Amino acid sequence: MQQLISFIRKELYHIWRDKKTMFILLGMPIVQIIIFGFALTNEVKNVKFAVLDYAKDNASQRLITALDASEYFDVTAVLQQPKAIEQAFKNGSIKMALVIPQAFEQELLHTNKAQIQCITDASDPNVANTIINYTNAIVGSYQQELQQQPLPYTIEVTNRMLYNPQLKGAYNFVPGVMAMVLLLVCTMMTAITIVKEKEIGTMEIMLVSPLQPLKIVIGKAIPYLALSIINIISILLLSVFVLEVPINGSLALLVGESILFILVSLALGLLISASAASQQAAMFVSLVGMFLPTIMLSGFMFPIENMPKPLQIVSNIVPAKWYFIIVKNVMIKGVGIEAVWKETIILTGMFLFFLSMAIRKFKIRLA
Amino acid sequence: MRTLLFILQKEFKQIFRDPAILRLIFLMPIIQLIVLPQAADYEMKNINIAITNRDNSPYSQQLTQKITASGYFNLVTYNHSYDASMKYIETDAADVILEIPTQFEQHLIKENKADLFIAINAINGVKGSLGSAYLRSIIQDYNQQIRNKLLQQPRINMVPIIEVVPMNWFNPQMNYKFFMVPGILVLLLTMIGANLTALNIVREKEIGTIEQINVTPIKKHHFILGKLIPFWVLGFVIITIGFVIAKLVYGIVPIGSFITIYIFAAVYLLAVLGLGLLISTYAATQQQAMLISFFLLMIFILLGGLYTSIESMPLWAQYITKLNPVAYFIEVMRMVVLKGSNLSDILPQLLSILLFAVVLNSWAIYSYKKRS
Amino acid sequence: MNNDKVITAHQLTKQFDNFIAVDHISFEVSRGEIFGFLGANGAGKTTAMRMLCGLSLPSSGEATVAGLNVYTHNEEIKKRIGYMSQKFSLYEDLTVKENIRFYAGIYGMSNNYIKTKTTQLLEQLHLTNESNSLVKSLPLGWKQKLAFSVAIFHEPQIVFLDEPTGGVDPVTRREFWNMIYQAAAAGITVFVTTHYMDEAEYCNRISIMVDGKIEALDTPTALKQQYHATSMDEVFLQLARKANRQE
Repeated sequence: MQQLISFIRKELYHIWRDKKTMFILLGMPIVQIIIFGFALTNEVKNVKFAVLDYAKDNASQRLITALDASEYFDVTAVLQQPKAIEQAFKNGSIKMALVIPQAFEQELLHTNKAQIQCITDASDPNVANTIINYTNAIVGSYQQELQQQPLPYTIEVTNRMLYNPQLKGAYNFVPGVMAMVLLLVCTMMTAITIVKEKEIGTMEIMLVSPLQPLKIVIGKAIPYLALSIINIISILLLSVFVLEVPINGSLALLVGESILFILVSLALGLLISASAASQQAAMFVSLVGMFLPTIMLSGFMFPIENMPKPLQIVSNIVPAKWYFIIVKNVMIKGVGIEAVWKETIILTGMFLFFLSMAIRKFKIRLA
Repeated sequence: MRTLLFILQKEFKQIFRDPAILRLIFLMPIIQLIVLPQAADYEMKNINIAITNRDNSPYSQQLTQKITASGYFNLVTYNHSYDASMKYIETDAADVILEIPTQFEQHLIKENKADLFIAINAINGVKGSLGSAYLRSIIQDYNQQIRNKLLQQPRINMVPIIEVVPMNWFNPQMNYKFFMVPGILVLLLTMIGANLTALNIVREKEIGTIEQINVTPIKKHHFILGKLIPFWVLGFVIITIGFVIAKLVYGIVPIGSFITIYIFAAVYLLAVLGLGLLISTYAATQQQAMLISFFLLMIFILLGGLYTSIESMPLWAQYITKLNPVAYFIEVMRMVVLKGSNLSDILPQLLSILLFAVVLNSWAIYSYKKRS
Repeated sequence: MNNDKVITAHQLTKQFDNFIAVDHISFEVSRGEIFGFLGANGAGKTTAMRMLCGLSLPSSGEATVAGLNVYTHNEEIKKRIGYMSQKFSLYEDLTVKENIRFYAGIYGMSNNYIKTKTTQLLEQLHLTNESNSLVKSLPLGWKQKLAFSVAIFHEPQIVFLDEPTGGVDPVTRREFWNMIYQAAAAGITVFVTTHYMDEAEYCNRISIMVDGKIEALDTPTALKQQYHATSMDEVFLQLARKANRQE
């Protein structure tokens, strides 16, 4: 035990001496959570669009004004001919073009029916989809304005947005960014420090010392555990006080689950370090190998239930997926362990699996 | 000039000497490019719905049937208590609750008006608002159906209707892979390029070989170029592999010309590699270099316009993306691959990225100090 | 300027923040000399040497190497010197031949010349069979000898050696010093730091640094006389005792 403590102290000195690294380690999550918390949103706002108005009548003007007045759309160009649409799309200056046919108002008044064309830039299909939905909604409420007397037999729908009534992006992205930052930082840092010792040969020295390999490995990981706990605290403080994302559930449970997730990441880092021969390889596996899969398969960017079945299965091995579910549930929905015990068991299982694999690999190397 | 050749020779040899790294450099992007785009679908299908029906009238059952038949919704529970449905929301088993109150049918017929209640999990705001929009449009359809039946006079439209005819240019089938595959290729290229170069010089610092280089009369720009060019070539190989995969797996062929893409890629790679080298000249250890490049890459990638749209960001974040090379390349990819934009269309982006390349590389040359 | 003085230092100083690593040192080294630069760890030897090689900018004082000013002509100086650092500095992931070729290439030697000289050198070092092995796989002693050969491959006027024999066995050290003598005989001035006192005896002249200052500078014989000592070890211990600085 005494040995272990003195070893941990040595590791802490290493980190403490290297002020630059420590500064980055502690400052990075703060900057990221603030930037992403405010900047990331799946919503589509301020869509630049062009108008090709053949009607130029009262109704068409009012419709354009209605769109422009909403926070979703901004008219940036009034076009005179259809050819101009393509050019505007090609140089990327607009995302949508609204074409209003001749005699729009007349049609509307006499037949009670008119058409408009909404041309989207579907090179980003997700944005295009959302644009059409918004256009429909705005045009729909414009119709309602035109409607004078109330209709018979109306079903009124009351809508309640649970957990996130203002539909803030941060509610979804804060848990996601937490998962990403903790996972990648912990995995990379442990993997790299251990491989570095291998590279410069000090690992050999420690391995011949009476210290057991397990203790060496634990000693390497514990300082990063401590740093990561500081990171969790600063991330949570920022989300509550700056981003105004509440912690509705038990703080203790949230922190406990976060520590469990950090342990998983540290164990994964150990496993990588046991297999990688150079720092470069370790970094490649832990950063290039894990970055995009974590973004895309953890469910925070793209709903997992939309993915093809094989990919849904693959997503189960992404640790961040489970942590993301836990944080969403505990932090935002405010539910207790009874709702996340399954995810907790899975993360615990992953931790034990990675750790035992790492220890086995280290032992093989020694034998 | 001859010195440069010697440096290049050495760098290439070192890259190819480490088969483990080389495998990673090529395998990782290939696997990720094949797997990940499949995941990138925002479109909502299979929304899990919990229906609490307290009415049990024929109307309420018809409505339930209409919802489940729509194809968007997947009924996970059908019960009589809101609390029971709420449990499903809490465990993520359901995304949305539709509550049909008691006497729904009676109210509708007798009082001309009835209420329905939707509660939807809106942690992911877009999922929330899209889901409720789908549900409401089904309910509206159903409403119209009932109205027509009860009034039995569907001759002229009672409501003025403006029909929005959507037209999706450049990608009429709304295939999100056309958009994702080139985008992910850009991300992979950026990560590989920036990381390899970020570790490169600092690695020589850690091993100590940089001292030996520094006592030679080598020119600083030769040294930086010697580090840059091999990875530049490697980048072209990766991007080419990427387009081969895009063609074979996804059938994506750029509408615009490959030449335009490669011209942009050539300048873009210089910028990204220059950034990596710059990090490398400042960092004292590989660990530091890695952390800094991770920090920057995370911002570049998440704010690159691939996952969320740049226009919807707050203004200050949009200014940040002006400094984000990834955002330029993703935009250019989209323009050339899907819209067939040509060199003159992408000229503003090309010039911006050229500025990045010049500034970053000169800075790297400047900050690489042979004498402390 | 005396043409025979290939290195001159006058009041040369290097200061880091509050710490004076090298404190106004002055000395001269003549052509073909083996000049030993001694001192305890942290005495400032390496820093002084790095200033002469153009790796570190002096804070004050003057110095010339091969007749060139270290402030203004540092890149010119580099063409005329060789350097072997404390840290092993060949590329472990390149082969013996590739390392030689790379460094020789940087110094602008012609391909033909590199080729013939490489063959010669490998024979001399008995490394012909290992020419295509990765440097990583060589024993330490061979690596050191190879590093030295690479440092003088481009036929510099002066070679700077920073603790070149650290960690190698006595036999290899002996062989290493033979190589140094050969180089000196060929007209290369050798500037070597060491803390092995027996090695100090092999030098023509030595300087002993204590706490950033040169405390003694003469031939080994003269120094022993001056300090009434029988070996350089004793001389060194007498001087080192004055040191306040600890590593």
